[in-house]
Amino acid sequence: MEISFVVEQLLNGFQLGVLLFLLAAGLTLVFGIMDLVNLAHGSIYMIGAFFAATMTLALDSFILGIVIALPMTLILGMVLEVLALRTLYARGHMDQVLATFGLILFLNELVRIIWGPAGLAIPLPLFLDGSVSLPLGIVYPTYRMFIILIGIIVALGLYYLVSKTRLGMLIRAGASNRTMVGALGINIRFLFTAVFGLGAMLAGLAGMLIAPINQAQIGMGEDILILAFVVIVIGGIGSIRGAFIAAILAGVIDTMGRAFLDVLLLALLPANAAEAAGPALSSMLIYFLMAVVLIFRPQGLFPARNG
Amino acid sequence: MIKQFITAALIFILMSSTALAESIKIGFVTTLTTGAAIIGVDQKKAVDLAVEHIGGKMGSLDVKIVYEDDEFNPQKGKQKTEKLIKSGDIDIVAGYIWSHVLLASAPVVLNANKILISANAGPSPLAGKNCHKNFFNISWQNDQTPMALGEVLNQRGIKSLYILAPNYAAGKDMVAGVERTFKGKVVGKDMTTWPTQIDWSAEFTKVKSAKPDAVFTFYPGKHGAAFLKQYAQAGLSSTPLYSVYTLDSLSLPRLQQAKMTGVLGTTMTQFWSPDMDNKQNKRFVADFKKKYGSYPSFYAAQAYDSIFLIKSAVEATGGKVSDTNAMRAALEKANFPSVRGNVRFGNNHFPIQNFYSRKVVVDAEGKWTTKITGIALKDHQDVYAKDCKL
Repeated sequence: MEISFVVEQLLNGFQLGVLLFLLAAGLTLVFGIMDLVNLAHGSIYMIGAFFAATMTLALDSFILGIVIALPMTLILGMVLEVLALRTLYARGHMDQVLATFGLILFLNELVRIIWGPAGLAIPLPLFLDGSVSLPLGIVYPTYRMFIILIGIIVALGLYYLVSKTRLGMLIRAGASNRTMVGALGINIRFLFTAVFGLGAMLAGLAGMLIAPINQAQIGMGEDILILAFVVIVIGGIGSIRGAFIAAILAGVIDTMGRAFLDVLLLALLPANAAEAAGPALSSMLIYFLMAVVLIFRPQGLFPARNG
Repeated sequence: MIKQFITAALIFILMSSTALAESIKIGFVTTLTTGAAIIGVDQKKAVDLAVEHIGGKMGSLDVKIVYEDDEFNPQKGKQKTEKLIKSGDIDIVAGYIWSHVLLASAPVVLNANKILISANAGPSPLAGKNCHKNFFNISWQNDQTPMALGEVLNQRGIKSLYILAPNYAAGKDMVAGVERTFKGKVVGKDMTTWPTQIDWSAEFTKVKSAKPDAVFTFYPGKHGAAFLKQYAQAGLSSTPLYSVYTLDSLSLPRLQQAKMTGVLGTTMTQFWSPDMDNKQNKRFVADFKKKYGSYPSFYAAQAYDSIFLIKSAVEATGGKVSDTNAMRAALEKANFPSVRGNVRFGNNHFPIQNFYSRKVVVDAEGKWTTKITGIALKDHQDVYAKDCKL
């Protein structure tokens, strides 16, 4: 097996991981700080993709489309928080699951009414629509490199925000002891709205980045939401650092499973059985990882909250 | 006096309304909500157009269509079918895009001794062992289209093939179909998790290192568009792509919108194409485009055919729609103008027909569509017909 093949698969895994991170970052903040289980996080990812697609087609520029769609998603997130989710904080997780599941159905239908059932495909700008040559003779799609780059920039930006700014301090404080932060006179209501908006914007960004690869589509959030939850469970709820490391782990493990498992199985099993077992096993790998983490570190790899 | 007048008037109204009630009621079950609604909506458009083309009449009967939405869900499809049958005045049930919805719903119709016409789904059980005297299929059996594609690969001298398909019933059927007729070597095969996996970066890297002559794929609906985009983005455009049920009149406008020029020239197989040169098809395609502004999909073509098939049977029986035996005998003759040209039913009531290779081209108005390039299988009958005891 050539080394370039392995490296290219690693890049693929990294790219998937970066997308999962964008989605999981918002989810883990909202879950960790506000103690809210938000199933509708995936719907914001979907609406972000539709915003970016509409803007891109209207303005004929993908970059401009994203720049305008980002604040739109931020506002959408804050409006959702104020209108619908705020009332759920005092309730139990089961009520939250039920209510945000209802929100998924509502938002899916809303998107169908506004944009129709077909979904929206958007073209890539020319400078992203090709391949780049890397060392070892690897030719890699430019756009996927672009996603990796954006993901790293956002991760660094979030790291800075959370560890070096006042808002970040409040976020960390809120994650470790919510009641105390409120008692110290911090406006928890506003903090929650801001955090939710930030999380929504990150989820929206993930949707925008995936739109040129897959296209904006109703129900696209549900497919990836489960993975995002797995990532925050592995990483430790409320921890941005944990979300990043867990997302990259999940992305790489999933990709490596798809790349190598069938070859491995072929060496052990007859062709028919290997063919059937390969995809089934490789789609389970991330869940194995989660199970192992839960056995040895039930609080996740980098827990943010202490009691 | 007044009383008599009112009585007379009432009798007159009753009589005239029974005269008006001389109609045939067709239940049409398809998908009108969820992400898959785009297919069902296209079928509904075609049925509406067909009813318009026959002037709302089959023989002397007025045509009434009752649409039901299966919500892309077998339980829902079955419920809606039960609702149609229980309403008591449905004469024929047609539609059904999805094999699993059809398999769940078919017993409801067939146990009520009514005629059922599938306008898309063609699962192997209903073609073989579980075929039924009152079940007709106006599209194809699932395996036929990929078998035709395997033939096309042989005709084009493809020696090595990489297969990418989803890991579920239809995906496995499609792969089995191609492998049944393809004579070269399959150098790689990935069956991906369905429907959650919508990114093929790992698989495309494997394809690149396997260097096959061609790639075969089957990804219906939203997965198809995503697959094709990523295929081009991965730099695989120089490897010829052969597909079934992945590119159609529903996905092409969206791919054109996204400027996915990589799909132009790619080959697929199908029993029909919008450019087929017969009177029925020309009228169908031209009026569909005029009315709705887009090319009809093959789903629409099948739905359109189903209305003309029913009409032929209604006219042959002189409007005796409730006589299921007479209707069945008339339907078996397939004596109707089909948009695909010649078609007849086999013993299992599935079509015996040609399958064509077609490729994606740009039409005179600049729209992307498909064009027939040759015959892949001539007068082809599905392989399950021999297991059918009809």
